Amino acid sequence: MDWVNAAVQGILLGGLYALFAVGLSLVFGTMRLVNLAHGDLTVLPAYVALMLVNAFRFNPFYSIPITMVIMFVFGYLLQRGLLNTIVRSGDIPGVIVTFGISIVIQNALLLGFTANSQGLDAGSIENGSIKISDRLAIGWLPLIIFIMAVIVIAALQIYTQRTKMGRAFRAVSDDQDAARLMGINNKHVWAVAMGVALLIAAIGGVMMAIRTTFDPLLGSQRLIYAFEAVIIGGMGSSWGTLMGGVILGLAQTLGAQAFGSAWSILCGHVVFIIILAFRPQGLLAKTVTA
Amino acid sequence: MILGFGVLVAIVLIIFPLFGGIPWTRRLVDFFTLLALAQLWNLMLGYAGLISVGQQGFIGIGSYTLWLFSDILGIHPFVAVIFAAIGGAIIALPAASLVFKLRGGYLAIGTWVLAEVMRLIVANIKRTGGGSGTTVQAASQLATETRVPGTYWWALGLAIVAIGVTYFLLRSRTGLGLEAMRDNDLAAESSGVNLWRTKLLTYVVAGAGCAAAGAVVAIHLLRIQPAAAFSINWTAYLIFITVIGGVGTIEGPVIGTLIYFILRETTSQYGEWYFIVLGLLAIVVTIWSPRGIYGYVVRKTNFFLFPVQRKIRFKGAGESPPTQVESGAEPVA
Repeated sequence: MDWVNAAVQGILLGGLYALFAVGLSLVFGTMRLVNLAHGDLTVLPAYVALMLVNAFRFNPFYSIPITMVIMFVFGYLLQRGLLNTIVRSGDIPGVIVTFGISIVIQNALLLGFTANSQGLDAGSIENGSIKISDRLAIGWLPLIIFIMAVIVIAALQIYTQRTKMGRAFRAVSDDQDAARLMGINNKHVWAVAMGVALLIAAIGGVMMAIRTTFDPLLGSQRLIYAFEAVIIGGMGSSWGTLMGGVILGLAQTLGAQAFGSAWSILCGHVVFIIILAFRPQGLLAKTVTA
Repeated sequence: MILGFGVLVAIVLIIFPLFGGIPWTRRLVDFFTLLALAQLWNLMLGYAGLISVGQQGFIGIGSYTLWLFSDILGIHPFVAVIFAAIGGAIIALPAASLVFKLRGGYLAIGTWVLAEVMRLIVANIKRTGGGSGTTVQAASQLATETRVPGTYWWALGLAIVAIGVTYFLLRSRTGLGLEAMRDNDLAAESSGVNLWRTKLLTYVVAGAGCAAAGAVVAIHLLRIQPAAAFSINWTAYLIFITVIGGVGTIEGPVIGTLIYFILRETTSQYGEWYFIVLGLLAIVVTIWSPRGIYGYVVRKTNFFLFPVQRKIRFKGAGESPPTQVESGAEPVA
């Protein structure tokens, strides 16, 4: 039964990783930019929510929509003001600039909030769970996060398939120049894509902040989990990303169950490495090249 | 004239520990280790187009291999540095076969994952002292008068080797292949450059060099700890140094390391602000002056201390004007 419990927790954890991964994947998909600051950009909204909760003293769940809007605007401006200048200059400037942004965000958070762990108190729901048997209980919060991940991915699918802006995402992804000739303002489209990516990052970031504690240095670990989920699932596939997150979550919780919690994260990495070695295009790949 | 000056500088640097005093010698150990690391990072990025944010993995492996060979197997620490380099090269081979499945930015994160894997493995082995680390006994037992100059010569030697390897590699056929690959990998491959082997060579050389540097760091600091030895901050420093100095030149990292040191000695007590400045400078230079400081110098003066670019020379007077065609990234001045 402990194994079943570990497996259930792993699947639910995977939903969270998928929430972190979707934004990374969206940004790469629309502008071929690998955003090394993405992990820190999931930590930043947690601090935005913390400030909102401290200012207005409301339940942290109410801070989610406000934080989403703030992060959307932040992403739009970040892309418009800074990142658009390097979208067309290849991989290397993108990596260096986003790594720089990562360092700046991390240290700015350390400066403003110290390295101490913080938490958001959402009341009784944090510990509430659905008791299935004596040894198996599904926490409300992890379940809500998982359902949220499914909703976000479905919504993003509909958005990119059915709306005008979604079509523009796919157009600039396929051919930047042709898209421009068709009257698409690439710079605006990329900025919206970054905004949407950070809006999703805000959902994951604040949910995680309610679930556990957080500190300014979590970003790099989250970037790595998000990246692993994307690669395991296969690039360009949203449901693949969810599957990648679930596999990573399962590897971590089952690994902890088998070898002890010290090995949990390493087990996740090992599963990632095995999949990279034997199926580098990922499990549900749509595109082959990275 | 330049050669004579160079020889003089080299002699002064080699005998520096004899007159420079312990504190300055120790500072220069830091300087030359970072210079060697930056030079190798530059070799990967500036010439092979491989962007790694995971060299801290090899630095950490080097530190711990040194500890393994000196404290557990009883080999003199100054000899154990060689084993650390070999260890780095051995690990770089399978690591390359994994990360080379990824491209560009994803390759970068892939190298980071591998560094994390190495850190977690080392931190989970009880014998290494786990997360809290351990003291390198064999190095602590050396007298300061032997240890500091010895470490200094290792660091200086590594920096010279890193510069030398880069210089001679780039002037060889492989170097031409590397630059072709960086500029356009498809065209390079169709011209007969073996991409995989060329990239692998660079990655293994860099892995061995970073491990040797990590071993020198371990003797220098006497204490090893996974969080510090495998810290992503190493990559932050290397990116900063190379980008500010000038990617794709041998001179760039030298200038970058000097600037980094001046910044560190003057502002590192400001902690977070210091890192914010490093990050912002890297962003600003990448966007507005992608060739860094040395790129700017070259554009103005066309002076190369280490000429690795190829030029077409026209023989005989009165034929074509002596136009220069450079194979480097720098456009014709």
